[in-house]
Amino acid sequence: MAAPLLDIKGLAVTIPTRAGERAAVSNVDFSVDRGEVVGLVGESGSGKSLSMLAVMGLLPRHFGVSGSIRFDGEEIAGAPERRLRALRGRRLAMVFQDPMTALNPVKTIGAQITEMIRLHNAGMSRAQVRQKALSLLEAVAIPAPERRFDQYPHEFSGGMRQRVVIAIAIANDPDLLIADEPTTALDVTIQAQIIEIFARLRAERGMAIVLITHDLGLVAGLADRMNVLYAGRIAERGPVGPLFAAPRHPYTASLLAAVPSIDDVSERLHAIPGTPPSLSERLPGCAFAPRCDFAVPLCRTSLPDLTRIGGSVVACHRANDPALATLLKEPA
Amino acid sequence: MLKVVVRRLLVMPFLLLGIVTATFLLAQFTKGNPLVSIIGARNLDNAEVVAAAKARWGLDRSVPERYAIYVWNLAHGDLGTSFRTKQPVLKDLAQRLPATLELVICAMIVGAAGGIALAIVSAEFQNSLADHAARLLALMGSCLPVFWLGLIALFLFSVQTRLLPGPGRLDIRAVAPPTVTGFMLVDTLLAGNVAGFIDAARHLVLPSLVLGWSVMGIVARMVRASMLDVLGQDYITMARAKGAARLRVLVHHALANALIPALTILGFTFAYLITGSVLVETIFSWPGIGSYAVEAARSLDYPAITGVTILGGLGFLIANLITDVAYAAADPRMREAT
Repeated sequence: MAAPLLDIKGLAVTIPTRAGERAAVSNVDFSVDRGEVVGLVGESGSGKSLSMLAVMGLLPRHFGVSGSIRFDGEEIAGAPERRLRALRGRRLAMVFQDPMTALNPVKTIGAQITEMIRLHNAGMSRAQVRQKALSLLEAVAIPAPERRFDQYPHEFSGGMRQRVVIAIAIANDPDLLIADEPTTALDVTIQAQIIEIFARLRAERGMAIVLITHDLGLVAGLADRMNVLYAGRIAERGPVGPLFAAPRHPYTASLLAAVPSIDDVSERLHAIPGTPPSLSERLPGCAFAPRCDFAVPLCRTSLPDLTRIGGSVVACHRANDPALATLLKEPA
Repeated sequence: MLKVVVRRLLVMPFLLLGIVTATFLLAQFTKGNPLVSIIGARNLDNAEVVAAAKARWGLDRSVPERYAIYVWNLAHGDLGTSFRTKQPVLKDLAQRLPATLELVICAMIVGAAGGIALAIVSAEFQNSLADHAARLLALMGSCLPVFWLGLIALFLFSVQTRLLPGPGRLDIRAVAPPTVTGFMLVDTLLAGNVAGFIDAARHLVLPSLVLGWSVMGIVARMVRASMLDVLGQDYITMARAKGAARLRVLVHHALANALIPALTILGFTFAYLITGSVLVETIFSWPGIGSYAVEAARSLDYPAITGVTILGGLGFLIANLITDVAYAAADPRMREAT
C-alpha cells in the first residue's frame, strides 16, 4: 500500500494560558489516503479544528505544536513559512465553518477567487485567470457567474457564500481539502447542496477530504473512515460502517445515541450528561470517565492506550470487555 | 450616495448660520474694547476720533442691527473688514489659507503614514517589544505639547546641528515666487525655481513632523485597535490559507478593512488642524490661519475672529462630507445602505 497522503503522528498542540501551557490536543495519530474522505468528529473544544489548523500551519505563533505531520511524504511540522505558503492553497486547501465571515467584506467575489489562482499560477494571463474563476463559480453552481463576479460578499446569501468559499478552496485542484464544519452555519436544504458538491469533487477530481464536523449524519453520508476526538485525544477510529454499527468506545456510542432518529418514538433527545473537561481541569485518567456510565476505578487513574480491535482503534480500558460491547450496540 | 451628498450640501448653509450666530454673540459678550486696536490706546480719550471710528466700523449700532448687517453681508460673500489689517477678511483668509493647508496636508501625510505604519507593526507583533515601542512613540505624539516639541525641534535641528532651516516658509534672503496657488511648493515649481522648491520643502520638514507626530498618535491607536480586531477575523485566516504572504495579508486584506473606522479620525483631524495648528504656526512663524486667529483674538478683531470661525466650521462640514464619501468608497456595504 502506498504511503498515506497525510500522515500525522503524535500531534500535540499546547495553548499558553495564565496558569501555564495547557495541552489542547495530545498524541493524535491520523491519516488520510489519496481520494479518501475522513471524518473528524467531536464536540466543540475537542481539538478537531486545532489539529487541522496545525496541519495548515495556521495556528497563532504562541501555540506550541509538536509531533510529526507528513504530507505526501514530506515533513511539514515546523517547516519554514515559505514552504508552507507554497503548499497552502495549492495542494492543501481549507473550507471554513462560517461563510458569513470567511470572505473579505471589502473585496469582490471575483477578486477573492482570482487571488487564489494568481498566487499559485504566476504565468497565467488576466483573461485566463478570469475564465478559470468563472468556471469555478459554475462548478459550485453559482447562477450567472459573469454578473456575480464583480459583486461583494454581502450581496450573496449564506449558502452561496459557502459555495464561493469552496470554489476558492478547489481553485488549484488541491490534493487535500480540509472542510471545517462546512455545513454547520447553513440550513438543511443548503447543507444537502454542499454535501453534493463535496461528493462530486471527490468523484471527479479524486480529492481527499478531511471533514471536521459534529454532524454524524454528514459523516455517515460522505466519509470512508472516521476519527472520534474527545478532549484533544483520539477516542476511537475506524471505518464508518462498522463503527456506526458497533461502537467500541462509550463516547462514540453516546454520540450515536444522541442523534435523533425518525424511528425513535420517545420524546426526549438523548443527551450526554455533563460537559467535556475544560483545558485547565484535564484529569490523570480517561477524560471521558466522569461522564461515562461504564467507568471502572481504573478509568479515573490511568489513561487508556489506543488498542486495535478488528478494523478499529479504541482508547478504552474496557474495549475488550464483551459485556460492554453488547451494551454499547443497544444504546440505553 | 449622490442623494446624501446633495442633502448634506443643502443643510450646510443652515449649519453655517448657526456657527455664525454663536460666534457673533460670543465675540460681542467678550470684555474688552476693539477700539484699542482700531485707533490705538492714545486716541481713546479723543471723543471726536472715537465717535468717528465707531461710526466708520458700525460699532455705534445695536448688537441685533450689527448681526443683521453682518449676516446680510455674509450672504453676499462679504466677511467684513478686519479692524487690524484694514483689509477684507475674505482676502486675509485667502492669503493665509494656502500656507496652512500646505502645512496641514504635509502633517497629515506624516501622521497618517506614520500612524498606519506604527499600527501595523503594533498589531502584527502584539505585546512584543516592537509593539511597546510603537505604542510609546504614538503616545508621546499625543501627550507632548506641540509648542514644546516645536521649540526642542528648532533647537536641535536648526540651532545646534543646522541640519534644517529655522522658522518661516522660505529663507529670509530668498525672493518669494509670484503667488499663483499660494502653496510654496507649487509656486516655486511653477516659477521654475528648483532651489526655492528645495528651500520651501526644507522649511516644511520640522513643522510638519511636529504637527504630524501629534496626528500620528491618534491614528496609530485607532488603527492598531481595528487591526487587532480585523486580524482575528476568519477572512484573514482564509487569506493565509490561500498561501498569501504575510505582508499581503496585512496590507491587502487587513488594512483595507481596518482603515474604514480610521477614516472618521482622519477627516476630523484634518478639519481640526486648519484652525488648530495655532501653536505650531506661532512657533514656526508660519503665516497661516492659526497665527491670524491668534492675532485677531488678541486685538478683539470681531470680523476676523468670526471669519476664522466660519472657515473652521466650513472645514469641518466639508471634511465630514468627504469622510462620508470616502466611507462609501472604502466599504461596499455602505454604498447601498446610504
